[in-house]
Amino acid sequence: MKTLPHTDVVIVGAGWTGLLMAKELAARTSFNIVVLERGPAHSPTEYATGMDELAYAIRFRMMQDLSQETVTIRHTIKDRAYPMRQYGSFLPGTGVGGAGEHWSGVFPRFLPDVFELRSRTIEKYGQSRLPEDHSIQDWGVTYDELEPYYTRAENLLGISGKAGNLRGTKIPDGNIFEGWRSAEYPTPPTKVPYFSELFRQAATQLGYHPYPVPAATLSQLYTNPDGITRPGCTYCGFCETFGCMIGAKSQPTNTLLPILTKHKSFSLRPNANVRRILHDSSSPQAQNKSKIRGVTYTDSRGQEFFQPADLVFLASWTLNNTRLLLLSQLGEPYDPATGCGTVGRNLTHQVMLNAATAFFDQPLNRFMGSGASGFMFNDLDGDVFDHSNVPFLRGGAFLGRSARSLPIGEADTLPKSVTATWGSEWKKAVLHYYDRAGKITFIGDHFAYRENYMDLDPTYKDLWGDPLLRLTIDWRDNERHMSAFAAQKAVELARAMGAKEINPSAALTHYDASRYQSSHIQGGAIQGASPETSVVNSYLQHWQASNLFILGASSFPQNAAANPTPTILAQTLRTADAVVSRYLRSPGPLA
Amino acid sequence: MRRRHFLTISAASLGGVLLQPLDTKLANLGAVQQLDNSLRIPLHFFTESEALNISAAVSRIFPTDDSGSGAHEAGITLYIDRQLAGPYGHDRHRYTQPPFDDNAPAEFGYQGQATPRELYRAGLKTLTGFHSLSAQEQDAALHNIETSRFFHLLRRNTIEGLFCDPLHGGNANLAGWRLLGFPGPRMNNADDIEKHYAEPFRPEPASLQEVTGSADSHSSDHAQAENDEAEP
Repeated sequence: MKTLPHTDVVIVGAGWTGLLMAKELAARTSFNIVVLERGPAHSPTEYATGMDELAYAIRFRMMQDLSQETVTIRHTIKDRAYPMRQYGSFLPGTGVGGAGEHWSGVFPRFLPDVFELRSRTIEKYGQSRLPEDHSIQDWGVTYDELEPYYTRAENLLGISGKAGNLRGTKIPDGNIFEGWRSAEYPTPPTKVPYFSELFRQAATQLGYHPYPVPAATLSQLYTNPDGITRPGCTYCGFCETFGCMIGAKSQPTNTLLPILTKHKSFSLRPNANVRRILHDSSSPQAQNKSKIRGVTYTDSRGQEFFQPADLVFLASWTLNNTRLLLLSQLGEPYDPATGCGTVGRNLTHQVMLNAATAFFDQPLNRFMGSGASGFMFNDLDGDVFDHSNVPFLRGGAFLGRSARSLPIGEADTLPKSVTATWGSEWKKAVLHYYDRAGKITFIGDHFAYRENYMDLDPTYKDLWGDPLLRLTIDWRDNERHMSAFAAQKAVELARAMGAKEINPSAALTHYDASRYQSSHIQGGAIQGASPETSVVNSYLQHWQASNLFILGASSFPQNAAANPTPTILAQTLRTADAVVSRYLRSPGPLA
Repeated sequence: MRRRHFLTISAASLGGVLLQPLDTKLANLGAVQQLDNSLRIPLHFFTESEALNISAAVSRIFPTDDSGSGAHEAGITLYIDRQLAGPYGHDRHRYTQPPFDDNAPAEFGYQGQATPRELYRAGLKTLTGFHSLSAQEQDAALHNIETSRFFHLLRRNTIEGLFCDPLHGGNANLAGWRLLGFPGPRMNNADDIEKHYAEPFRPEPASLQEVTGSADSHSSDHAQAENDEAEP
C-alpha cells in the first residue's frame, strides 16, 4: 500500500453532500481538500447525447455496477439474505455527482414535527400508540434551527415553487401546512403537464390544498449566490435516471463543481474506491476518544493507497457510509437482540407507491414533463389530519406528475381489465393506453423498528473480497395500514380526475426488494442526543472520533414523508458552519 | 470460433420498413447486399435457424395486424441478437457470486445463475421448428412456455427492441415510437406543454442521432459486442 502526501481534509464521495462540504470549506478555509469518488467522472457532453431510455433507465448506466458490489436483503433475523443481483427497490448512484446527477429534483422540506417525532407523538397520542417494536428517536435538531439552511440550499439550487407559509403568514397557493419559511422560493413554479392540472383540479374539488411541487428543475434562467447560471427546463421528460441535457436540473456537476474547480486547494480523484477508515482505537469498546488518521482506497487498476488527513468527511452513498464504518470496525455494531451498539441501527426506506394508476379516454401528451413538475398536497401527511380513527400514525404526500413516462418502462402500464400479456389484444391495449395512463404517487413515513437494521453479510463478498452490507428490513402494520389508506384516497382522486379505469396499488405486505420504490433508503449512522443510541451528534460529528463527520441520509433516525435531498443539504450546510466557526478554532466534540 | 451465421432479408421486404435509413444503418449492422438484392446481415449470437424462430416468436408476441406494424418491422431479432452478444447477454453488470437459488421468493428478484445467453439457448430448444408452424400452432406453443423465465425475457426484450432508440438496432424506422405517438428525445417542449390539454399532440418522431447530430457511442451495447465467440 502506497502512502500519499498528507492532506488537511479528505472527503469520501463526490455527490451532493461531499461536493457541497468541499465547496464550503474551499471558500471559507485555506485547507487542502481531497475528494475521493469510487465511480467515474462525467463529461459535460454525455448527458446531451444520453437521452437513451434503454441505456440509462433500463440498463441503469449511471448506477453502481452491481457485478462489483451490491447489498443483501432479508425480511427478518431468522431468514437467509439474498443479494440484490439486479436493480430492484432502490438505485445507488455512482460517479462524480452521485445520485444527485440522476435524481428527479423533487425538493420539499420536511414538516417541522418530523425532527421531534418521538416526543411530539408521545405528547399527543401517548406512548401506547407507538408500535411496540419501534425504535423511533428525535433528531437532536429542530426545524427552526434548520430553516436558514433550507433557505440557503433552495437558493443554491434555484428551487422553483410557491411558498405557503412566509414567517407564519399562510399563502393559499402554496403549501399551507409547511413549516415557516424566511423567504419565497428563488424561482416561480414550473409549467404544468395536463395530468398534473387534472390532479390539481380534483384535489381542490375534494377539499385538499394542492400546490406546485418544489422543483430543482428550474422554471426559468437563474443565477445562484455563487454566480452559477443555469437555464430553465424544456420539459423533455428525461429526468430520473438521466443527467440533464441542458443543466436545468440542479446536479452537483453543474451547481457545485464549476465553483470547486476554480480552487487550487481542491482536488478530485474519481475511480478511487474507499474501503477503510483508519483510526487509532485498538478495540471497538475503547473508543471514548478515537482519532481518525485517514482512509485507504483502491483505484481502478487495483492499486491500494493510504490517504492521511486531519479531518475526514464520510459522504458516500447513504448505505455505504454504514458499510464503511462496519468494515473499519469503527464503533460498536448494532445488535437487534440486545439493542446494544449503534452502527447499522434504524434502517428505514419509505412508503412510496403508485397509489393509483388512472386511465383516461383522452390522451395526456405525457412525454412532456419533468421529474418534479406537477402538483402535490400534504393534507393527509404527518399529523396534519386527525389520527384518532385511523389504524396508523403519520401519513404522506400525494403527487400528480408526468414523470417516468418513457415507452419501454411504461408499455406494460395497463388497466386490470386487460388480461392478455402478449398477442394482438395486448398490443392494441399497449398502443391505446400508452398515452392515457397517469400515476398518482404517494410518499409516506417509514418508522424505525428494532429489527430493521444493517450488518455485514456472512456469505456474500464484493469484488475485492469484503463482505457485502446486509439489510434486514420488512414492513410493519403502520406501513401496511397507511398504504391501504393511501390507495383508497388515490382512487377517489383518480375518479374525480375523470379516470375511466383505475388500478389501485396493492396494500404493502412484505418488503419487495424487486419492485422499484425510491432511492430514499437511509439510517445506519443515525444522529441523536446520546452516543448510546446514535452514531453522530446533531452536527453529524462522530461521537467518539471528533475529526470524523458523516454526511447524508445515513443520519436520519427514521424517514419522513418527503424526498430527503433538501434536508440532507440543509444539514450539510449546518455542519459546514459548525466546522468553520467552532471546530476549527477548537477541534473537539461539538456536542 | 463459431461458424458465421446470417439473417437473410429478401429484396421484397426491403421495400417496406424493415430497417433504418439504409446507408448508415446497414453499414452498422455489417449487411452485405447479394446478387438478387437480398441482404445478408451477420448474426452475433443466434444461429440462422434460431433467428428465424425468434423472428416468428416475437411476431406472435407483438404481431403485425390491423392495429399497425409489429415486432417484425421493428427489427427485433437483430436488436436481441446484439443485446445477447453484448454486456447484457453476458450479465456483465449483474451480481453473479454464488450461492444461487432458483427457488428464491419472487420479492428478491431473479436469484439464478443462468445468464440471458444461457436462458435463450436453453429456451430456444423449446422453439425448434417454430417458424414453420401455423400462427395458431405458434400461439399454442408460446402458451405452453409463457410462465418460463425464457419467455419472460423474450417478452421484455421485445418491448425493449420495439421502443428503444434505433441506435440499439431495434425500433427500425422509429416504427415503435410511431405506433405509440412517442416523439423520442424531443429537446424542447416548453412552448407546448400547457398548450395541448385534452387533445393529442403528436410531433414527428426523431431518433437521438437525428436530434443531436451524434449519438453517444457508449450507449450502443452492440458497439462493444463480443462477436463470434466460441459457442457451446
